[in-house]
Amino acid sequence: MRRLLSITRLVAMLMKEFNHMRRDRTTLGMMIGVPLIQLTLFGFAINTDPKALPTAIYSADTSAYTRDFTAALVNTGYFEIVTEARSREDVDGMLTRGQVQFAVTIPANFTRDLIRGERPEILVEADATDPVATGSAISALQQVKQSVFDRDLKGVSLARAPAPPAFDVIIHRRYNPENITQYNIVPGLMGVVLTMTLVMITGLAVTRERERGTMENLLAMPVRPMEVMLGKIIPYVIVGYVQATIILIAASVLFHVPVEGSVMLLSAAAILFMVANLAVGFTFSTIAQNQLQAVQMTFFFFLPSLLLSGFMFPFRGMPQWAQVLGEALPLTHFLRIARGILLKGSTFTDIAADLLGITAFVIVATAIAMTRYRQTLD
Amino acid sequence: MTNETPLAIDVRGLVKSFGGRRVVDDFSMRIPEGKIFGFLGPNGSGKTTTLRMLCGLLTPDAGEGTCLGLDLRNQAPLIKRQTGYMTQKFSLYEDLTIRENLEFVARLYEMDKRGERVDSALRDLGLYSRRDQQTGTLSGGWKQRLALTACILHEPRLLLLDEPTAGVDPTARRDFWDEIHTLAGRGITVLVSTHYMDEAERCHEIVYIAYGKLLASGTSDEIIDGTKLFTWRAHGPDADRLAGQLRGKDGVEMAVAFGADLHVSGTDEAALEAAIQPFRGTGKLNWHPTKPTLEDVFIHLTAGSKDNFS
Ligand SMILES: Nc1ncnc2c1ncn2[C@@H]1O[C@H](COP(=O)(O)OP(=O)(O)O)[C@@H](O)[C@H]1O
Ligand SMILES: [Mg+2]
Repeated sequence: MRRLLSITRLVAMLMKEFNHMRRDRTTLGMMIGVPLIQLTLFGFAINTDPKALPTAIYSADTSAYTRDFTAALVNTGYFEIVTEARSREDVDGMLTRGQVQFAVTIPANFTRDLIRGERPEILVEADATDPVATGSAISALQQVKQSVFDRDLKGVSLARAPAPPAFDVIIHRRYNPENITQYNIVPGLMGVVLTMTLVMITGLAVTRERERGTMENLLAMPVRPMEVMLGKIIPYVIVGYVQATIILIAASVLFHVPVEGSVMLLSAAAILFMVANLAVGFTFSTIAQNQLQAVQMTFFFFLPSLLLSGFMFPFRGMPQWAQVLGEALPLTHFLRIARGILLKGSTFTDIAADLLGITAFVIVATAIAMTRYRQTLD
Repeated sequence: MTNETPLAIDVRGLVKSFGGRRVVDDFSMRIPEGKIFGFLGPNGSGKTTTLRMLCGLLTPDAGEGTCLGLDLRNQAPLIKRQTGYMTQKFSLYEDLTIRENLEFVARLYEMDKRGERVDSALRDLGLYSRRDQQTGTLSGGWKQRLALTACILHEPRLLLLDEPTAGVDPTARRDFWDEIHTLAGRGITVLVSTHYMDEAERCHEIVYIAYGKLLASGTSDEIIDGTKLFTWRAHGPDADRLAGQLRGKDGVEMAVAFGADLHVSGTDEAALEAAIQPFRGTGKLNWHPTKPTLEDVFIHLTAGSKDNFS
């Protein structure tokens, strides 16, 4: 009698919601139209200049010269050495997981070759999935290359200014070698569109019932909160899938965004992300008195998501407090997941931490929704 | 009230406040099973609020009791299963078809043989041929009948109807009441709020509430006799025009025109007679004492309680 969920009642809610959806052509059109419009609008990049990007250094040679080089890197303000890698595999792992934006590899015998004037090479690998974030830092590298050893090498080598630099810096843009901004924007757009439309649509779906008075009838019948919530969420997961598919197809057809990783994995992560947003919308609907308030709340949630998730501005360019806020938002995690899977070919273990972040969010949002949801009109 | 018949509703001391204002105040009511009770009172007197408390949509601030033998506070989900509540405002989904609305209800109550039941309900209602029409396109009278059908679909034992016939034409109203009597004949208890006096007369008993307080209850005769109101009726040309002159005179509590007639009422028999004395000699008018109507009594009760309230 007091089961949490009855399948028959859940089916009743689902069929009802599908029928509403079917007849509400405007909303349906919006759900399909928004991704298309957004795709067109965000076809260009937003430029910024983030500093102190996390950098790993792998030094197979240590000398006064390599220390000077490292110091000069840090002095540009763009790099912050966060870790010393112990092997090349280490470096690769850190880049894939997104722990660092840059990895600097100083080869063995660097000092010897430098003194001999053999122009040794330093390898700088950049995680270029977010080209905006790495662009300025890479320009700064060129400066370092020109000037760092001018003083040190004066007495040793025959080099005189202006002379070609005593060594080369090889830059590898990993994952997005051509540095194409759309590669970064388009997968992110999937998260942004889902956030905006799904939060709003569930918020509206419940407040509409309250405004039209149908909530009173619904509550007078033996339907349980979980059934109402799932009934309002599941149909829109399907809508979300249609949106995500449109964007993915556009991503590969229009912008030729590569799909390196598993589409299945991305789909699974997308479900979780959609549920997170729908739970937010449902929570809003338990607070909002009418549809206008539901829309306003949606924007309260959407704007920080847009600004702090790393979609608009490179995440690492943001101040610490903003990064902390950003970590709490599901979009932040989903952006990393989507970019990771599409551009880097990330696997489950690579995205596990971000999945966990979204899961935590879903749990908190659902708990709030369920405690806020009233089975009475009080 | 007999002791043998079990009570469908038995509540005591219900209180509900909104923003510090007592909208329902110390309300008690006992309704035996199978009876039709009329729930009357001016707008804003707390009828809807009371009905909502009875079906578990609002939690009373104080008070206790049972509906269908189930505790109002702890067993609301069980009460909901056996109660049909028809809201004052039409609250089926206007964008769904007639059939979809009924199927939704049938599923929520986890009924068996849903298709059959919905079809037969549609036939009884006379909407079978229009079953795929969107509900919002129905006229007011049809909406009311559909709403009633939806709330009796799960065969409830208790019906709470909130102004079900407001704004419906007389024929439709009569059909509606015939239906309610048929249902009561099957043992269903009905509590129905209304503003129509003729509907009140069709109830077994009446409960009258004003400004959140219960003022009178019983059969219509009991209420009329219990009020100790005296009424004189004037009949004749332009009798209704006297209302203005009589109002405000000592002993006259109200003077109400009913068509060409005038009803003049007061609780002090002697003072009332004295007041109408000057108008009795004019010849053309026919004066005689009469039994007050329910309407006279309700106007009297409401006026009295308003004085207490303010
Ligand atoms: N949810 C609510 N919040 C605040 N006031 C309310 C609410 N519901 C009803 N009221 C007030 O309570 C009073 C009684 O309302 P109601 O029960 O609807 O009366 P009736 O049905 O007899 O017309 C009215 O003054 C109304 O404004
Ligand atoms: Mg009312």
